[in-house]
Amino acid sequence: MAALNLRRLISPKALTGCRRSLSTTASCKAQSMTVRDSLNMAMDEEIARDPKVFLMGEEVAEYDGAYKVSKNLWRKYGNSRIKDTPITEMGYAGIAVGAAMAGLRPICEFMTFNFSMQAIDHVINSAAKTYYMSAGTVPVPIVFRGPNGAALGVAAQHSQCFAAWYSHCPGLKVVSPYSSEDCKGLLKSAIRDPNPVVCLENEIMYGVQFEMSDQALDKDFLIPIGKAKIERAGKHITLVSHSKFVGTCLDAANELAGIGVECEVINLRTIRPMDDETIFKSVMKTHHLVTVEGGWPQSGIGAEIVARVIESPAFNYLDAPIIRVTGADVPMPYAKLLEDHALPHPINVTRSVKKVLNIK
Amino acid sequence: MESAITKDDAVITAYRAHGWAYIRGISVLGVLAELTGRVSGCARGKGGSMHMYAPNFYGGNGIVGAQVPLGAGIALSFQYEKKPNVCLTLYGDGAANQGQVFEAYNIAKLWKLPAIFICENNGYGMGTSVNRSSASTDYYTRGDYIPGIWVDGMDVLAVKECTRFAKEYALQHGPVVIDCSTYRYHGHSMSDPGTSYRSRDEIQAVRENRDPITNLKNRLLTKELATEDELKNIEQDVRKHVDEAAAKAQADPELPLEELYNAIIIDPPADMRVRGCDVSILAKTTA
Repeated sequence: MAALNLRRLISPKALTGCRRSLSTTASCKAQSMTVRDSLNMAMDEEIARDPKVFLMGEEVAEYDGAYKVSKNLWRKYGNSRIKDTPITEMGYAGIAVGAAMAGLRPICEFMTFNFSMQAIDHVINSAAKTYYMSAGTVPVPIVFRGPNGAALGVAAQHSQCFAAWYSHCPGLKVVSPYSSEDCKGLLKSAIRDPNPVVCLENEIMYGVQFEMSDQALDKDFLIPIGKAKIERAGKHITLVSHSKFVGTCLDAANELAGIGVECEVINLRTIRPMDDETIFKSVMKTHHLVTVEGGWPQSGIGAEIVARVIESPAFNYLDAPIIRVTGADVPMPYAKLLEDHALPHPINVTRSVKKVLNIK
Repeated sequence: MESAITKDDAVITAYRAHGWAYIRGISVLGVLAELTGRVSGCARGKGGSMHMYAPNFYGGNGIVGAQVPLGAGIALSFQYEKKPNVCLTLYGDGAANQGQVFEAYNIAKLWKLPAIFICENNGYGMGTSVNRSSASTDYYTRGDYIPGIWVDGMDVLAVKECTRFAKEYALQHGPVVIDCSTYRYHGHSMSDPGTSYRSRDEIQAVRENRDPITNLKNRLLTKELATEDELKNIEQDVRKHVDEAAAKAQADPELPLEELYNAIIIDPPADMRVRGCDVSILAKTTA
């Protein structure tokens, strides 16, 4: 960011003489950036890079984005690249998919993924399955993105996690970034991916700051879809999570380190295709596993991980059964105390770790 | 309709798409073999009856009404890339009441998309006559703020002219709705005899009085633009061509089993494996 501003102040003529000082004063130190800004940066860079990329959704243009994720993009690129839509998810998602079939690369925003249910036929039947149905002749290079899962005080219809639903379907890729780096790298990869990709963000994370490496600030920084990241190495137990709850795992891991338990925390980054090899390798090292997610327990991501571990060689390395930490099996309540207890906290993770490790 | 547009215009329709697939460039064999699910099918047997695609022909769509926003999206792509092309977006009287159709109308009008929405009103959505499905059967008015044209869908020349007009209009003014009045002789699908909800007399009457091919033939003969023999020869050639393709469509092989696991995603990583029905099956996959 600093480098960009500096360049604008210096005229082209002065540039040659100032080049040396430009490179020293504008040296990119690692800096911190919010998740929101990193998503903005990703879209800005990809829209600049590829004329076929455009953003459409409710309030993405003149409102700067319902959560300000697309701030300034409309001012910069105008109506041809940043399009406000009416509140008609099924219609505009279908339009986005049609545009992708015809060769454009739309980013279709859902204000939250709860509203994607109105359009889910287009995500699954029009986008995910078309490449297969056409025997590989009709690609659908679309990205569906928006906040998923936990928010604060918005109650049942606005708080559902769709990771399990979307990751169920072949033909779709599903990413669930945690940090600012994750968001930037994964969203850029999603936009460049020729397949339909669902990018599950998290509203509560939008304002959270993370350090961004020099590499992450580069305009071609990509994180490969389908590869998990080991956020913290450990030898006693493996914690696998995605999105906001990676943070919950890291907090729990810090606490547990205080009593001598070293957790290995895996940030899935991608739900489909899931990097189960990283999970298996970790379990074969630690012999214990707890999965952590915000979604409901039945048929959830944790359930999928457990099934895969049991079917894999890693099963033989388990010293204890696997336990899942999930959102409570209830529609999200409104009252603060109740809402607090509907989603996992570090205490749920530490309690589960202790149970798996059979310690008090 | 095809004669009024070019290969650079796009077409999208619902599942009754076999004629369109052929018209848009798929061979008769490509269509018939897709119905029999063989390798020589236009989607190699993986799409089937409802999912045939060709250049600038986007199917073949199984979900009633879904093709309408998709078609508006294809029209958006022409506008976006400043191409002088339109997208013919066809749907039936049954689909005409879908909410997403109106959502597509709304955005098409707001953004002035070169979309031509065509309702093929054949009188029945499956077994439900239009009077039982639609509070308003004036489908050309359903676009409300989008101008609409009613055309006799059984009159080949009227449809051609209507489409020509619509393309010219859409490129200048934005979307238009066409209400194309037609009929369905057979039942909805192979499992529907088509007589439990209408009379045989009704079907017969249309065959005798309104058949588009018969009427075009009579016109050609009356105006002496063709002789009986010329037309008979065309018919014989076509029959022969189709019979040959049909025979081949029944004799050609199916895809090899490995293809079950291919073309799920583009650029799958080399180490990606697709689960079969039990853990003993972990298939490789290609794009």
